[in-house]
Amino acid sequence: MALESPVLTGITTRLANTRPAASKAWSVAKRAPKFPTFLLLVVLVIPALFAPLIAPYDPLAAPEGIRGRLQPPVFAGGSWDHVLGTDKAGRDVLSRVLHGSRVSIVISLIGIGIAGSIGITLGLIAGYYGGLVDAAIMRLVDTSLSIPPVLLALALATALEPSFRTVILVVGALLWSIYCRQVRGDTLAVREQDYIARARVSGAGGVRIMVKHILPNITNTIIVLATLQVGFVILLEAGLSFLGVGLSRPTPAWGLMVADGRELIVRAWWVALFPGLAILFTVFGFNLLGDWLRDRLDPKLRQL
Amino acid sequence: MQRYIIIRFGQGVIALWLVTVIVFGISRGTGDPSDIFLGIDARQEDREAARVRWGLDKPIVEQYGIYLGKALRGDLGQSLKFPELGAAGVVFKRLPATLYLAGVSLALAIGIGIPLGVLSAVKRDTIFDSSSKVLALLGQSVPNFWLGLMMMWLFAVQLGWLPTSGRGDGYGDVKHVIMPAITLGSFQIAAITRLVRSSMLETLDSEYVKLARIKGISERKVIWKHCLRNAALTPLTYFGVIAAITLTGSVTTETVFSWPGTGLLAFQSVVARDFELIQALVLVFSSLFILSSFFIDVLYAYLDPRIRYN
Repeated sequence: MALESPVLTGITTRLANTRPAASKAWSVAKRAPKFPTFLLLVVLVIPALFAPLIAPYDPLAAPEGIRGRLQPPVFAGGSWDHVLGTDKAGRDVLSRVLHGSRVSIVISLIGIGIAGSIGITLGLIAGYYGGLVDAAIMRLVDTSLSIPPVLLALALATALEPSFRTVILVVGALLWSIYCRQVRGDTLAVREQDYIARARVSGAGGVRIMVKHILPNITNTIIVLATLQVGFVILLEAGLSFLGVGLSRPTPAWGLMVADGRELIVRAWWVALFPGLAILFTVFGFNLLGDWLRDRLDPKLRQL
Repeated sequence: MQRYIIIRFGQGVIALWLVTVIVFGISRGTGDPSDIFLGIDARQEDREAARVRWGLDKPIVEQYGIYLGKALRGDLGQSLKFPELGAAGVVFKRLPATLYLAGVSLALAIGIGIPLGVLSAVKRDTIFDSSSKVLALLGQSVPNFWLGLMMMWLFAVQLGWLPTSGRGDGYGDVKHVIMPAITLGSFQIAAITRLVRSSMLETLDSEYVKLARIKGISERKVIWKHCLRNAALTPLTYFGVIAAITLTGSVTTETVFSWPGTGLLAFQSVVARDFELIQALVLVFSSLFILSSFFIDVLYAYLDPRIRYN
C-alpha cells in the first residue's frame, strides 16, 4: 500500500509528534535557568508592568521641589523617603529607574521586531533565490555593517531632532543586516535538503516554500539571535541617550540618567550608579538567557 | 587567491560607494541644509543665494556627483567649528589619539583575553573557569560609559590615584590612558576570553592534540604551542565585530574621559551642529572599517585555504 512507504510514514510520525507551538514554548520556558529569569523579572519585567504601582513617586516630579535635591541613598546617610536618593532636580532615583525599564523594553521590542522582519525576509530571499538578488542584498548588508552605529546616530541627530524615531532607525539599520546574514546562511543549507526539492516538485511556489518549509526550520536560530540581541540593543540605546542623541529629557531612560549623573560624579555618585546597575543586570540577564537558549536550541551558532 | 582578493576588493568598493550614497542621502533627505545653516527665519533672497552658492539648486544626481568627486579628491566639506582645516583635515588631525587608545585597549584585550580564555578551557568546570565565565559575561553586559564613570569616581575622585580626564603628556603617559583603555576594552576583553575558551575546548578535543600527547610532548607545550596556534585564529574571524564595537565605544569613552580623539570630536560636532564634520567622520570611519576588514579577510584566506576556494 502506498501509505506504507517510508516517506509517508515518516511524515505522519513527524506530524503526530508536532505539538502546538504554545505548549512547546511553555515546555522550554519551564526549564529556563532560575537565576537569569529571576534577575530579568526583578529588574525588568515586573517594574515595566507595574511601574506606576510600585514606584513610590512620579518619575518626572520632584516631591519636595528643588530643596529635596541630591539626597543620598538610605545606606549612605539618606532617609527612607528616597531609598536610592534623589537627582539634581529632586526627583526620586528609584522611581525613575523603575520607570526606565519600560523605555528599554519598548525600544528593544520594536527595534528587534522591525529589524527582524526586514532581515528575515531579505535573508530568505537572498538565500533561496541566490544569484544577482543575493549579491545585491549582501552588498547592502556589508554596507550597513560598515557604518558605525553611533556615528550614524550622531549624523541623524544633527539632521533630525534626537527622538524615539532616531533610536529605532539606528537600531534597525544595524540589526537587520545581522539577521539577514544569519538567515541567508541557514537558508542556503536548508535549501539543499530533499524535502525542499520534493515541495518544489509537488508544485509549491517560492514564497510558500520559504514561509512553510524553510522558515520553520530556522526559527531556533532566530530566537537565539533575538535573545542575544536584546542586551545589545539596550546597551546601544543607553549609549545613544547618554550622548544626547537618543531619547530626550525628561524621559526616564537609563542612559539619560547616567548622563545626568556624569556632571555630578564628584558630589552625587548615586545618580549615575543605580541606572547603570539596572542596565548591567538587564543585559547580563539577557546574555545568560541567550547563552542558555543557544546551548539548548542551536549549539552551532557562535555569537559574540 | 588572486581571484579571491579581487572579488573581495570589489565588494569593499561597492560597500564604500553605498556608504557615500547613504551619507549624502542623510544630508539631503532630512531637510533643506540651508535651514540648518541659516535658520528657519532667514530671508528668502539670502536663502536663494545660499542655495546657489552650495549648489543646492542643481538636480540631486548632479549634486551627488559633485559630492562624490570632491570626496574622491579628499575634500569632505567644511567644518563650521574649524573652518581653516577642512572637515577631512580635522578628522585626520584627531585620528592618531583614537588609534592610540584603540591600540592600547586591543592590546589589553589580547593580553588578558587570550591567557584567561586558555586557562579557563584547560581548567574546565573548576571555580576558576566558572568565575572567569561570569566575569566575561559581565564584561559584555556592562555599559562602558558607566564603567568609565564608576572607575573615575573610585580611582580619581575617591582614591586620587589617577587623573580624571584628558590625555596628559601623550604617548608615554600610562596614568592618563589606563582608565580610558579599560573602559573601551571591557567588551573586547570579555569577547576574546569567551571566544578563545570555546575554540580551545574544541581544539583540546581534536585528534592532532591527542597525537601530540601520545608522542609525549609536555602538557604545557601542547596547550600553549599546539592548541593556542589554532585557537587564536577564531577571534580573528570576529575582528569585524570587535573593530566595530571599538569604534562605537570610542565615542562614549572619549566623551567620558575628554580624550581628544575623533570620538570626542564626533560628540562635540553634534553639540555644535557641525554637520559636514560629522558626515566626514562617518565616511572616514566607514572607509577605515571596510579597508581593515578587507585586509583581515585576505589574511584569513591566506591562513585558512578553505576560505579562498569556497
